[in-house]
Amino acid sequence: MKNNYEHHFDMVSILLHWGMALAVFFLFGLGLYMVELTYYDSWYRGSTALHKSIGLCVFMFLVVRVFWRIKTSLLSSSLNLHQEQKSLELRVAVFVHILLYVLVASLCLSGYFISTAGGRDVEFFSWFALPPLPVEIENQEDVAGDWHYYFAWGLMGLTALHALAALKHHFIDRDDILKNMLKPSKINKGDS
Amino acid sequence: MKKLGLCLMLVVVCFSGSIQAAKYKVDVEGAHAFITFKIKHLGYSWLLGRFNKFEGEFEYDAVQPDKSSISILINTSSVDSNHAERDKHLRGEDFLNVGKFPEAKFISKKIEVIDDENAKVIGDFTLHGVTKEISFPVQKIGEGKDPWGGYRAGFTGKTELRLSDYGITYNLGPASTIVEIELNLEGIRQ
Repeated sequence: MKNNYEHHFDMVSILLHWGMALAVFFLFGLGLYMVELTYYDSWYRGSTALHKSIGLCVFMFLVVRVFWRIKTSLLSSSLNLHQEQKSLELRVAVFVHILLYVLVASLCLSGYFISTAGGRDVEFFSWFALPPLPVEIENQEDVAGDWHYYFAWGLMGLTALHALAALKHHFIDRDDILKNMLKPSKINKGDS
Repeated sequence: MKKLGLCLMLVVVCFSGSIQAAKYKVDVEGAHAFITFKIKHLGYSWLLGRFNKFEGEFEYDAVQPDKSSISILINTSSVDSNHAERDKHLRGEDFLNVGKFPEAKFISKKIEVIDDENAKVIGDFTLHGVTKEISFPVQKIGEGKDPWGGYRAGFTGKTELRLSDYGITYNLGPASTIVEIELNLEGIRQ
């Protein structure tokens, strides 16, 4: 153990982490791509429908993920277990994790507010429709649209920071954090 | 003497009334005015929309209708096609580009009277930063006292615009290059 603190992740956390990473990158690319499509592109309508449905999936995943993180106490273990190691770096890491969740949630909500502006439902894979909130602000689709755009770039920036930090752990600190996020390991292994 | 004075006053009033057309303010507060548009969707149906915010005034006198004039100022971001996501697209750079061109306006230059009810309006229309002279027929629907002590007059008119003439070149298909704009305006005499 190169570091005094070590993270272990169970299979559920790993799947939630990479599943969401994949979905978020896919949605970011799809989002940038779909707004450039023109009226006669065959995917002009399908692309936005897919974007909304996957966005709703991400929100559900986020809820599960936050619950799971609290349940497995990874958050509290990072905060409390290594009290003596509460370095600035660790605190920044946890802050970034929370901010990542907040940004994903904000993206989902702002997207929902674009789609439900004017009192419309948002379709989930033509399976069910989510109704709008009873309140609406003026030009909601424009305001929410601007925020959605800034949140998306903010999330990409923060994800880049998060990835760089992971690479730093792997190549500079030479610890197992990145490996542990790729392969499940027993929670209590190596824990003090 | 008193009678003479009254007569003189009446003459003055009538005379000045005949030179100067009465000014009307378009009744946007009471929403007795509508600026609507329609454009074909794929060539299969009509899509209708409207602008919810605008203001306007006109001068009109039934005795001298050729002295009439009208000006309308439209808030382009108030475009409403009953679908918020579409309206967002219409406000964007592909169409109205309301950030850069928040207003569209029409200012008449000449009214050619055809008969008691019909006339042709010629004027400058500005949309998407492009100003073009257009002319279109208008029809008087009616005028008279309203039940609340005011005096009103109302007109209708419509015209067709080629979107590309105003630099709006987004491809909506060959059947959707022309938009029809209809004005239904009621003015309250000031």
